[in-house]
Amino acid sequence: MNELIKLSATELAAKLRAGEATSVQAVQAHLDRIAEVDGALNAFLHVNAEEALAVAAEVDAIRAAGGAQAEALHPLAGVPIAIKDLIVTKGQPTTAASKMLEGWMSPYDATVIEKIRAAKLPMLGKTNLDEFAMGSSTEHSAYGVTRNPWNLNRIPGGSGGGSAAAVASFEAPLALGTDTGGSIRQPGAVTGTVGVKPTYGAVSRYGAIAMASSLDQIGPVSRTVLDSAYLQELIGGHDPKDSTSLPNPLEGLVAAAESGATGDIKGLRIGVIKELTGEGYQEGVQARFNESLELLKAAGAEIVEVSCPNFKYALGAYYLIMPSEVSSNLAKFDGVRYGHRVLPEESPMTIERVMGSTRAAGFGDEVKRRIILGTYALSAGYYDAYYGSAQKVRTLIQRDFEAAFEQADVLVSPTAPTVAFELGANDNDPLAMYLNDVATIPANLAGVPGITVPGGLSENLPVGIQFLAPAYEDARLYRAGAALETLLEKQWGHSLISQAPAIDTASIAQEA
Amino acid sequence: MSAISREDVVHLAHLAHIEMSDAELDKMTGELDAIVGAIASVSEVAASDVPATSHPIPLTNVLREDTVGQTLSIEEVLLNAPDSDSDRFKVPAILDGE
Repeated sequence: MNELIKLSATELAAKLRAGEATSVQAVQAHLDRIAEVDGALNAFLHVNAEEALAVAAEVDAIRAAGGAQAEALHPLAGVPIAIKDLIVTKGQPTTAASKMLEGWMSPYDATVIEKIRAAKLPMLGKTNLDEFAMGSSTEHSAYGVTRNPWNLNRIPGGSGGGSAAAVASFEAPLALGTDTGGSIRQPGAVTGTVGVKPTYGAVSRYGAIAMASSLDQIGPVSRTVLDSAYLQELIGGHDPKDSTSLPNPLEGLVAAAESGATGDIKGLRIGVIKELTGEGYQEGVQARFNESLELLKAAGAEIVEVSCPNFKYALGAYYLIMPSEVSSNLAKFDGVRYGHRVLPEESPMTIERVMGSTRAAGFGDEVKRRIILGTYALSAGYYDAYYGSAQKVRTLIQRDFEAAFEQADVLVSPTAPTVAFELGANDNDPLAMYLNDVATIPANLAGVPGITVPGGLSENLPVGIQFLAPAYEDARLYRAGAALETLLEKQWGHSLISQAPAIDTASIAQEA
Repeated sequence: MSAISREDVVHLAHLAHIEMSDAELDKMTGELDAIVGAIASVSEVAASDVPATSHPIPLTNVLREDTVGQTLSIEEVLLNAPDSDSDRFKVPAILDGE
């Protein structure tokens, strides 16, 4: 394995600045890694080699020339990044992992992509996901499952399984994800990587194909907490093209990660959410969680128990609000202006029938399920009982958070109740699949930020620890997350990801 | 008693413009019924004095500068269209004229 791909984004950036490696070398090393292991993983739906190398060469030329232009380069300039295929990009197809958008070329860039281009991070390609980001396992992709680099028979989480697997397998040091109910954090947990859902509105959603607009949030995926802090500072900030974008940028994220990395968290009040531990959480997950709490306590944090009694209704509220927004957001896929068009087998060929057959052929089962569920929740006679009630639950969950944050600076829980499950384990049980997001959903309903950091192994598979902070206080996540990362790595003597087994590319090639 | 009948799903699929086979309708009916059963508990705590939240961080009077922003050329707009004719989207018949 080329040494360049083992570096964190921050370490690689320092090497590029020091002239010890070029961006072209770094991009090529990652492209080589993709060529080597992605046949087995299927983390990428599109590889953007030519453009990535061109951007890398441009950064190298600017550095070689020196002067004001070189000085003005972004700290991450030349460090490659992978993009979840829900985020639109000029010059590369964007599919949302759906047949509906097979080969679709966006005529515009998402705001986060414009920022990445301006900072000159070479884009390695587009990563796999559950279709339209609907799922917790990346098994609902129209272009095949992504496999977990830790164990090729396990799921990489979802919906952002491609981004998490790419980063965990050293195909990319950084990636972008989107998190509607845990789609950044749960894949991070089950692949032993770091993922952050920023405060709602902290990162522009312009150009993220909308699933549930009041819940969706773009955020960073990386192997270290510091790398995510750099990436969130890069992609964050106000965007007039997103009417839900916060007016002021969140600052001090990198500084907070650096401060946390000293391991000093004396006086930080950490609240353990009573409702997100115990029953329903695997023994191994609970054990790693308890060990992390002990470490944090020994480092001077004050551990308190908090209760969020309405969290037990969060899953129900989420599976009413999200599908309702889905049914509306996905109405635009009608086979008229873009995307797939499928004609019905028999006449009459009216638009209504063309729409019906187009959507039947273009959408997968889970997408259909959510559209129908949302249509039901919003229909006359049920609206108050379902959608209306769910919106009230949202208020109650916000109040639970408010009360909890009076007692604690950050909250903590396992990120996911189990380690990565086997591919196909929940094929016939959509409800069981939904339970994977039980610990991550409350943050989306309330708009507060959350981070997952690797917390060790159970059954040789990664366990994630989640911190949650009040809205606008993303910096607290980076401080607490970096502190736990440092404390655990000090105890282990290595990072968790360095313990991932070699990827057995032959085994999958044979199966295929 | 099941909350969602097969007839409901037929109606919902029609509203959502998704054609479904008989087998799909049967499967969807069972699944939706189980899901709705599991999530209906939200109404337990939704008392009349609890205000609804539609947006996690409400912002008001969000306005942008009244200037021309990014626009797309006709070529870009039609690039992904399944069918087009002389700078326009071509749409199947709206009414059944047969």
